[in-house]
Amino acid sequence: MSFETNEHAQAYWKENLRLLITLLVIWFTVSFGFGILLVEQLNNIQLFGFKLGFWFAQQGSIYVFVVLIFVYVLKMRALDRKYNVQEDAE
Amino acid sequence: MGIQTWTFLLVGLSFALYIGIAIWARAGSTKEFYIAGGGVPPVANGMATAADWMSAASFISMAGLISFIGYDGSVYLMGWTGGYVLLALCLAPYLRKFGKFTVPDFIGDRYYSQTARTVAVICAIFVSFTYVAGQMRGVGVVFSRFLEVDIVTGVLLGMCVVFFYAVLGGMKGITYTQVAQYCVLIFAYLVPAIFISVMMTGNPVPQLGFGGTLADGSGVYLMDKLNGLSTELGFNEYTSGTKSTIDVFFITFALMVGTAGLPHVIVRFFTVPKVSDARLSAGWALVFIAILYTTAPAIASFARVNMIETINGPEGQGVPYEQAPGWITNWERTGLIGWEDKNDDGRMFYAGDERNEMAIDRDIIVMANPEIAKLPAWVIALVAAGGVAAALSTSAGLLLVISTSISHDLLKRNLMPNITDKQELLYARIAAACGIAVAAYLGINPPGFVAEVVAFAFGLAASSFFPAIILGIFYKKMNKEGAIAGMLTGITFTASYIVYFKFINPAANTPDNWWLGVSPEGIGTLGMIFNFVVAFIVLKLTKEAPDHIKELVESLRYPKGAGQAQDH
Repeated sequence: MSFETNEHAQAYWKENLRLLITLLVIWFTVSFGFGILLVEQLNNIQLFGFKLGFWFAQQGSIYVFVVLIFVYVLKMRALDRKYNVQEDAE
Repeated sequence: MGIQTWTFLLVGLSFALYIGIAIWARAGSTKEFYIAGGGVPPVANGMATAADWMSAASFISMAGLISFIGYDGSVYLMGWTGGYVLLALCLAPYLRKFGKFTVPDFIGDRYYSQTARTVAVICAIFVSFTYVAGQMRGVGVVFSRFLEVDIVTGVLLGMCVVFFYAVLGGMKGITYTQVAQYCVLIFAYLVPAIFISVMMTGNPVPQLGFGGTLADGSGVYLMDKLNGLSTELGFNEYTSGTKSTIDVFFITFALMVGTAGLPHVIVRFFTVPKVSDARLSAGWALVFIAILYTTAPAIASFARVNMIETINGPEGQGVPYEQAPGWITNWERTGLIGWEDKNDDGRMFYAGDERNEMAIDRDIIVMANPEIAKLPAWVIALVAAGGVAAALSTSAGLLLVISTSISHDLLKRNLMPNITDKQELLYARIAAACGIAVAAYLGINPPGFVAEVVAFAFGLAASSFFPAIILGIFYKKMNKEGAIAGMLTGITFTASYIVYFKFINPAANTPDNWWLGVSPEGIGTLGMIFNFVVAFIVLKLTKEAPDHIKELVESLRYPKGAGQAQDH
């Protein structure tokens, strides 16, 4: 057991899952939500030359995906440190 | 210098570079051969993953496809990028912590079963072969069009180069070659895109340019112009699709989940030194992929406007054939553009209804784009070098999965457990060489259904590997009975649906006959759902996973103690 206590192990996993679910909800919303299910409603809004729904489907969702992964990397790094389970931990 | 001299020069230089890297990065052990010794820095690994992932299809065909189908093309853009979020969050770090070499390794160990391992090996080999055949064809096509050698010579030349660095260097050689290939292909993709964006909108950033106004001083937005042209000519409005919402949803989902389940993508995350590097490297991979994937829709709309205007003329009356620009006659010779003067006025006309006189192959959008935009010869040659880089990098990655599956999963872990590391390495090299030979054969004599089998690869990966891996990590109790039953159900269902509509009864392949309105491209999503459901039902009827497996899963869930990937 690398965690100090069993409670720590459970708490770590719970926090991990909460982060995971939050990020996946955003992942789903920008792609399947804005880019597919709500595309027609959003297409009534104009962003420069783009219709907004179309922009999310062909551009916006991809940018958000990139940001999501880097947010995950940073948050997990902090979480690993909090519970002292990062790889170079003593 | 002419286009051909430039092409020989640039493609030749890039080959010399790849071979140089191969000699520098020879593999000395199975660990170096399979996972590059587990010592690749995250940024380099991200770049290599991007090159591995972006195939000839992404490079040559995708922008063209979007150009012709507009909004419907979004399924590929979102589908082939969104999967990386799933990889980074749900798979990569845990599989890296597991610390073995292959996906079948994980399935076999986690589900304590040789049967599960064997099912996984067969899926991995099948998925990779369907993919690699298409890549070889891509190499052949690029060679034959730009160097004017025949397809056979083109394929053989490409094979020799791949043979050299894949057999010699294994994953180590492949990874560093892919870094170089990424640089070549992204440069080749961006240069014409930037040129064209400046020409058409005055904005050097294509991603912004296609949301901007036209540079002709009219103040009209490019997308409005495109929508106007499309409806005027009897096409669908560019920014709305023809596919049903449910189908778009299912296809996108299948592509995302399939991406996250493809063995040649997953294996890349075994090559980094640490668990935190696996997370980071998925992020970098997506950055490098996104550069191309956000440029592609811009190229698609530029090319669409450009092409319509060149053929129909600024007044939309059609351009007389004698005044046709050089690229039309050039590409007519390859059979990718055809003109039939239906109304005998001697003018070309392109439309979506009965007025249409042109037959245009989608693939020429990227390849002919520099010519359409009248760019210099070296840019055209660059596109050829980029296309070859994209095809070679993907084939090399796939060949590695094939050779690893055979030498490691099949021989070492199944049939001949007593071979030494040196012998295993030799078998891996022989398997890679055989894989290349088979791929070359398929490239020269492509089965008629290469395009169709791509749906297969993603559908099968989505409906087999993905649920088994996710449950293996996130559900400790899942046992071998559940996982195997789930994988078999998912694969059988998905494969039968695709085979029925693509091969047995292609005439019935219309939305009316599809189950729930889901096309064969999107059926992997349903297969995945069935896989999950069956796995849970079978789990309820059988004994849950033993305690030592639960402990194994427990230990996957935090990075500490990951260490180097283990030899067995």
